[in-house]
Amino acid sequence: MKFLYLVWRNLTRRKLRTTLTILSILVAFVLYGFMGAIREALSGGVSVAGADRLVVRHKVSIIQMLPITYQQRIERIPGVTLSSHQSWFGGIYQDPKNFFASMPVEPERFLSIYNEFTLPEAQRKAWLANRTGAIVGRATLDRFGWKVGDRISLKSPIWQHPNNDDTWQFDLVGVYDALKKGSDTSGFFFRYDYFDEGRAYAKGMVGWYVVRIQNPDRAAEVAKAIDAEFENSPYETKTEPEGAFAQGWAQQIGDMGKITTSILTAVFFTILLVAGNTMAQSVRERTEEIGVLKAMGFSNRLVLGVVLAESFSIAGLGGFVGLGFVWALVSVWNPVPSMLPVFYIPNHDLVVGFILVLVLGFLAGIFPASQAMRLRIAEALRRQA
Amino acid sequence: MSTTDGVLVRVKEVDKVFRRGSEEIHVLTGLNLEVKAGEFLALMGPSGSGKSTLLNLIGGLDRATRGTVEIGGDRVDQMSDHALSGWRARHIGLVFQFYNLLPVLTAERNVELPLLLTHLSKAERRKHVEVALGMVGLSHRTRHYPRQMSGGEQQRVGIARAIVTDPTILLCDEPTGDLDRKSGDEILALLQALSRDHGKTIVMVTHDPHASARASRTVYLNKGQLFSENPG
Ligand SMILES: Nc1ncnc2c1ncn2[C@@H]1O[C@H](COP(=O)(O)OP(=O)(O)OP(=O)(O)O)[C@@H](O)[C@H]1O
Ligand SMILES: [Mg+2]
Repeated sequence: MKFLYLVWRNLTRRKLRTTLTILSILVAFVLYGFMGAIREALSGGVSVAGADRLVVRHKVSIIQMLPITYQQRIERIPGVTLSSHQSWFGGIYQDPKNFFASMPVEPERFLSIYNEFTLPEAQRKAWLANRTGAIVGRATLDRFGWKVGDRISLKSPIWQHPNNDDTWQFDLVGVYDALKKGSDTSGFFFRYDYFDEGRAYAKGMVGWYVVRIQNPDRAAEVAKAIDAEFENSPYETKTEPEGAFAQGWAQQIGDMGKITTSILTAVFFTILLVAGNTMAQSVRERTEEIGVLKAMGFSNRLVLGVVLAESFSIAGLGGFVGLGFVWALVSVWNPVPSMLPVFYIPNHDLVVGFILVLVLGFLAGIFPASQAMRLRIAEALRRQA
Repeated sequence: MSTTDGVLVRVKEVDKVFRRGSEEIHVLTGLNLEVKAGEFLALMGPSGSGKSTLLNLIGGLDRATRGTVEIGGDRVDQMSDHALSGWRARHIGLVFQFYNLLPVLTAERNVELPLLLTHLSKAERRKHVEVALGMVGLSHRTRHYPRQMSGGEQQRVGIARAIVTDPTILLCDEPTGDLDRKSGDEILALLQALSRDHGKTIVMVTHDPHASARASRTVYLNKGQLFSENPG
């Protein structure tokens, strides 16, 4: 402890350099946090996908629809316990950049299949009682400052409402939350019966089915049975686990995400290298001073400790403050909510970040420290003479 | 520290060879030296003759290629690096030509450094630092940084740092080499007083006959050997 003052004085020896080094490490770890959040956002749907859910879609493409009559046939297949269909509505709220997913669903089946969503009982009843009723996730509710009871108008570029051009009116009757952190609560769901009655064409057709199965271990088998059921029909199906389905979906923006994260990764490591080098440099400049300390009787271990304490302080100050800051920032701010509905830093990324801070402190210190340790005193003292 | 017949430093048949690539530089060859406890020895010789090298061997800062170095009965040449650093902390006080104070520490913090290696409490360390700075006449500059002091004052801080642990032997490598005559004289008077009034054993390297005149004995290093008269 009595050596901490020496460490402190060395840190404050060149305040500007120390400050800039700490700041650059801080920035690096803010980037790191964002990177983690973006990566999670792009694969988030996948990792929270239910293992006991399959998605049945048209064999050719997700855009092509399936008949509503398939529902009964799917539910007759052994191993299937429940199914619920969804269709892509593509609703636009005021402006196309206000994107969020909107879909007609069957309320009861939907809520029972997506049991990670919680909706207060009164709101559930209200939804069942109101044909124009709709529920929305907490994220989108907060994003637009909606309240239950609001009347929401959405335009759909796909589905014309015969009565009033392309604008559909909904009554917001409920807001759902997710039990599990990382679940997407940006979706807007309304009643299929209202939709089917209102749409001008393709009545009786739905986008895809989400199927709950009894035993996730038998997912492949059940999927095969479903696809076999509709083989050689006009609408052949492709059934896959929900995770794979979500992944295919995310692939479209995923590539862009990959580019973003690889750039951020490069920037992150570059900053760390520069910071590490600066830290090492500041120790190298003090070779004679370290030589004097050793001549005085400071042991190699003590010199090592003093140098490492210094580099850990810099790395820790920049790194931990940076991680804390980005964690707080991400929990209140999302740069592109329309594309990244789920935005948070996963715990494992925080843990890895924590370890990276320690590794940085260690590596930036250990090289000059071990040099300082091995330094022959006579040599160090000769440098000046 | 045990001494037989009052001899504190015993350097016997010491060779020191430096290697620079394939070239071998024989700096010391079969060198013998004895220093009695309480002696103030001046070590002179031409530049490059190996004065600093010899001082480093006595202080356990470097190792002889051959021969033995014994200080107060301890075989310095046989100690491990780790044991040596502890031994230095207890027995050696070093004074350098360029003072070598840590620029980020005040005078008192610089003087306190070697005490950090002891088990003394903070209050005890403060007391020792006060006494040492008092002995070199710098009680009024304890809170000053090296850059705020003259060369002579910095060297006095350097001496205070060297004596604060009450070492067995004080090794000074050209302590006045960077000072003007007046400041140099003050430093020499200080060393002389430490030897005379406090019985400190001092080995001082110097180029300056004026400085060696203050010592109780002078030896000359030339071509790897020691002479009691100036051979040059
Ligand atoms: N680490 C080393 N590697 C190679 N040669 C060295 C080393 N240390 C000292 N020498 C050589 O050993 C010789 C003696 O050096 P030393 O520093 O002991 O001389 P000195 O008498 O103190 O000289 P000065 O009066 O200039 O300080 C010189 O030739 C020097 O170049
Ligand atoms: Mg020398």
